[in-house]
This record gives sequence, structure tokens and C-alpha cells, in this order.
Amino acid sequence: MSTLVIKDLHVAIDGKEILKGVNLTINTNEIHAVMGPNGTGKSTLASAIMGHPKYEVTSGSVELDGEDVLAMEVDERAQAGLFLAMQYPSEITGVTNADFLRSAINARRAEGDEISLMKFIRELDSKMEFLEMDVDMAQRYLNEGFSGGEKKRNEILQLMMLQPKFAILDEIDSGLDIDALKVVSKGINEMRGEGFGSLIITHYQRLLNYITPDHVHVMMQGRVVKSGGPELAHKLEAQGYDWIKEELGIEDETVGQEA
Amino acid sequence: MTVETKLALTEQDIRSFSEGKQEPSWMTELRLKAFGELETLPMPTPDKTKITNWNFTEFPTHTVESNAYASLDELPEEVKVLVHAKEQKNIYIQHNNTPAFTSLSEALQAKGVILTDIYTAMRDHSELVQKYFMTDGVKVNEHKLTALHATLLNGGVFVYVPKNVVVEEPIQVIYLHDDSDASLFNHTLLVAEENSVVTYVENYLSTVEHANGQANIVSEVIVKDNAKVTFGTVDVLAEGFTTYVNRRGVTSRDAVLEWALGMMNDSDTISENVTHLVGDNSEGHVKMVVVGRGKQKQNFTTKVIHWGKHTEGQILKHGVMKDEASSIFNGIGKIEFGATKSNAEQTSRVLMLSEKARGDANPILLIDEDDVTAGHAASVGRVDPLQLYYLMSRGISQQEAERLVIHGFLAPVVNELPIEGVKKQLTEVIERKVR
Repeated sequence: MSTLVIKDLHVAIDGKEILKGVNLTINTNEIHAVMGPNGTGKSTLASAIMGHPKYEVTSGSVELDGEDVLAMEVDERAQAGLFLAMQYPSEITGVTNADFLRSAINARRAEGDEISLMKFIRELDSKMEFLEMDVDMAQRYLNEGFSGGEKKRNEILQLMMLQPKFAILDEIDSGLDIDALKVVSKGINEMRGEGFGSLIITHYQRLLNYITPDHVHVMMQGRVVKSGGPELAHKLEAQGYDWIKEELGIEDETVGQEA
Repeated sequence: MTVETKLALTEQDIRSFSEGKQEPSWMTELRLKAFGELETLPMPTPDKTKITNWNFTEFPTHTVESNAYASLDELPEEVKVLVHAKEQKNIYIQHNNTPAFTSLSEALQAKGVILTDIYTAMRDHSELVQKYFMTDGVKVNEHKLTALHATLLNGGVFVYVPKNVVVEEPIQVIYLHDDSDASLFNHTLLVAEENSVVTYVENYLSTVEHANGQANIVSEVIVKDNAKVTFGTVDVLAEGFTTYVNRRGVTSRDAVLEWALGMMNDSDTISENVTHLVGDNSEGHVKMVVVGRGKQKQNFTTKVIHWGKHTEGQILKHGVMKDEASSIFNGIGKIEFGATKSNAEQTSRVLMLSEKARGDANPILLIDEDDVTAGHAASVGRVDPLQLYYLMSRGISQQEAERLVIHGFLAPVVNELPIEGVKKQLTEVIERKVR
């Protein structure tokens, strides 16, 4: 079993503090959902864990099985077993999806132990079929000209090809129609099990109809303010966030406000 | 300070050299006339690059003797990888200044195709060469460097494709430079007669680290009515040369000329690539990639001049600059009065990999006719940190991520090169240069 421990994480962007002490522990074989209204720091948490160049961790720690994640370069974090399905994946001209994926897989393997082309194509084909993707997507330039839904599927394709220990999914459901949402969920459920943990960031309960989380957390004002089981998500769906704000005496849940 | 431009060679040296090569008298006269004009002709003035202190005239020796090759098996390994020995029937290899190997398939010979070194061409096809040599394309007295080229010409190739002949396999020319003291005053003359089709790739390859000589290179491409020429190059000349390279095309009616230019020199380089779209309805397309490194200074002027009606000119240039390299990319679309319904398009993009690298893209449209269309796009930027972050978040190292982004950036031109071995070489050179 692997464990990702986030302790008292403070993060700033352009000098402005966004996260103000986030605590979370995620084990493999667990799915955690982080919910909350817009502007409460959810995506910042995802980006800071992966090492986005714009986000500055001012204090706190992130450890993966005792290793200091924050001391690692972005690629080392990925090599250690972290994956972030991004809300806005970059487009890269001239680099095909297939070439990119093969480079990413081989980056995890020792020199001389690169994946064979045949094996790679077999795996890629079967996973693309599973995600109901057009075969020509493999030869298209990475994310270039992809629709919103295609980009999200492509993120899940990468997740399935790379098999990380922990996947953070940053609003993977935003902008998806119901069919695409089902396919994306199918991919994540396929990964579910021993050796895989996930942190799903969303502000819609909808995604959680397809992926049942083990734990649900609510973020407000740059902190986790409430945690519970899957029933918490249902309560949020039915009643919204106001009851939590009342319970905690929060007037404005966005970052920059104090309780 | 202005560098001494006087040549160490005398008029008598030029005459003896020409006679030693048994050149026709018109060529000897042409050389001597050019020599006489050297002092008075001005230097070229490439836009935005000051070359008054560049040394284009000093070199250790005019010609070096190198060995010829009896077969392609004798080629050095670096050259062998460029040649598909079993399939490449049409090839000329020049070893420094020595014509070293020539082969042309019997089928093409029977059709009247000519592929031969420039000296043999001047002897055996004197009238044909005289008709096109520095007449319609590059003029001897354009400026000091063209006159210097004519005076000192010491190598090159002549390619002639007769009317209605379609050359299916690419013609390949390799200029191998492996003697530090060699200078290259090479002249490529390619003539494609009416309705002919040919693909030609020339490859400048230094296998020595440093050059003490000069590279003053001219390629002229004459494309007659309804002919189509694809002209590819990969230039990999060593640091130490002062390279002047002038590649010029002239198209007649309905002709198409496509350039795919891989400019990978490590030397300071002035490159002038001009296409004259003379005939109505003719087309010129230029695709160019450049990688600059070290303290290299380069200037790439690409010009398409529309004379004929309904002519189509397209320029696409992508450059990568690293270390302290600097490059000027001048793209000029010129539409002359009367060239109605013509279209001039150009795109220049420069990617800078380091703080001290410099890149400058200057799109210029000069239009003397109303009834035309034209457009340009230019950008100069750095590798997008978010692209790198995205690639690295999948476990790809920063170095590999940069490699992928750069390859992607240059791919549109690399993919155009018509010979697989040369395309592979260009990819490898790019990899070596950007590492």
C-alpha cells in the first residue's frame, strides 16, 4: 500500500496565498473527492501537488510513502507515481499523441528496456477502444485541435497507459456531455483497485454518480472544512453548500475571506 | 575596421587555374572579368546584419587535392548513412574540391539527363552551361561576393533534365568537407526543361570540427514552362567558415519550384534565397529550418519576386536559437506591377532556448500592383513553460520535453525533405545541435 500525505499545505500564486493549511491523507485503493464552490482553492491543490511552475508552496509538506514530493522536479513526481489529469491540457504541435505516450512510458523504464513498438501499439489500441476514441487520435498532434471532450478522454488514456499510484483529476467532468462523462468514469473505475488511489476534484456531484468515492472533502477559503463518506456528496447535491457555511459561520467561502 | 578584401591570388593564377581545368575560353574570360570587378563592386547589404567586419576573402589555399571514390563502399561512414547505396543510382559526390564519384542510371542517360561535375559540364556541354551559368539567375556583378564566387569557382555540379523527362528517383549531391584548409566555391546549376520533373537534394557535410577556409556557394535553379523542381538541402558546415550561400530560382510559365532548406551550419552564415516567379501562373514555395548555437551569427533572407500574373509564393521558416546564437530572418514578398492576381504569403517563427539567444523575424511585403493578395505572420518566443510542465508531469525529463517541443516546432519542414536518409540526417543534426 502507498500513501500520499498532505500536511498543512500553504500555497501562493503571485504572492497571494490561496491554500491556507490543507491536510489530507490518501491511500491506494481509496478514492477521495474534493468538492466545493468555485474559487475555494481546489485546482490550486491539484497544481501544487504536481509542481505547476506558477504555484509557490510557502509552507507545509507533501509526502509519498515518506518521500518529500515538494523537493522533486515535476518529472520526478510523475516517476514517483503521481499523475494529474489537467483541466486545461497543453497543445503541442508536431508531436503525435503516440510518440508522446511512448516517450512518457519509456521515461519510466531503464535504457535498453524500452517498450517494444508492437506491445505499445497493442496496449494503445486496446485502451483507445475501451475509451471509444477514434484510432486516428494516436497520430494526431498532442491535443492540437482536440475538442474539450477529446482532451479529457486523452487525459484518461494517458492515465491508463501510465498506471500511476495516485491520480489527481482536476475537474475532469467539466464541459463533458453525459456520454463522454460515462466513458471517462469507466476509465477511472477500470483503474480502481489495489495499488491505485485517486483524488477527484469537482464541483458537481454528477460525476460521483458514476464513481462512488470512499471519502468526500469540502474545501472553502483554502482549507478542507468538512470530510465525510459518500453520503456527504449526496447531502451537498440535495442541499447545496449553505448549510456548511452556516455550521462553520462562513459568509464568503472563496479564498481571501476569513471565517 | 574593415577587413582586407584584396585577394592573395593574381590574375595569372586565375588564368592558369582555369586553363588547368581545360575550361572553355568563355569561362576563363568570365572569371577574369569578375576578378577585374572585385575591387569596385560593393558588398551585399543583408537587412539588419552588419557584415563589414566579416572576412569573406581570406583562406589558406584555393584548392586542395582529395581522393576520389571508386565505389560507394569507399565512402566514409558519415557519408554512407546519407546514401541508400542499393537504390541511389543518381548521385554526385564531391570530396572537398575533387569530383569524387558520379553515377547516373542508364535509363536517365538514354533520355538525355546530365549529371556531372561542373568542370566536365563546361567542357562537354559548353554551350548549354554557358547559356545558363550566371545569366538568368545570379549575375556575376551583383556584388563583391558573387564576383568572388565566379572568380574562384572550384567545384560544383550540373544537372540537366530535357523536355518531357520525368526523373522518378531523387538526384543526390553530397559535398563532403573533411579538410580544414579547404575552401568551397561550389556552383550548382540545375536546368529543368519544359514539362520535366525532378527532385534534387544537395548536402553540405563537414566532418572536421573547424574550418579555416571560405564557403561561397551559389545554386541556380532554372525551371522552364510547366516543369516541376523540388530542391532540398541540408547544410552542415563547420564553425570557422564564413559562409555565403546564394540559392536562386527562376520559374517560367506554369512552373513549380519547391525549396526545402535545412540550414544547420555551425559557421557564421549569410543566406540569400531568391525565387523569381517570371512566368504567369508559376509557383514558388520555400520551407526552411534553422538551428543556431554557440556564438553563431546568421542572416537568412528569403525573397519571392512575382513578375508573372497569377503567381503563387509561399515562405515558411522556423528557426531555433540557443546559447548566444543570433539570427535575422528576413522574409520578402515582392509583387511587381502587372503581376495581377498573384498571392504572396509568408510565416516566420523563431523559438529561443536561452536568455542570450537572439532571433528577429522581419516580414516585408513590397507590392506595386493592386489586384493581388498577400499575408504574413511572424513570431519570436520562448519554449512555453506550461508545455514543458505538461510533458514533465507525465514523467518526461525537462531535456526530453524540450527536445519534443523543438522537434514538433521544426517538423513541418523536416517532413518535407524528399530523401529518407537526408531527412533522418536532418533530424539527427537537429538533435545534436539543440542538446
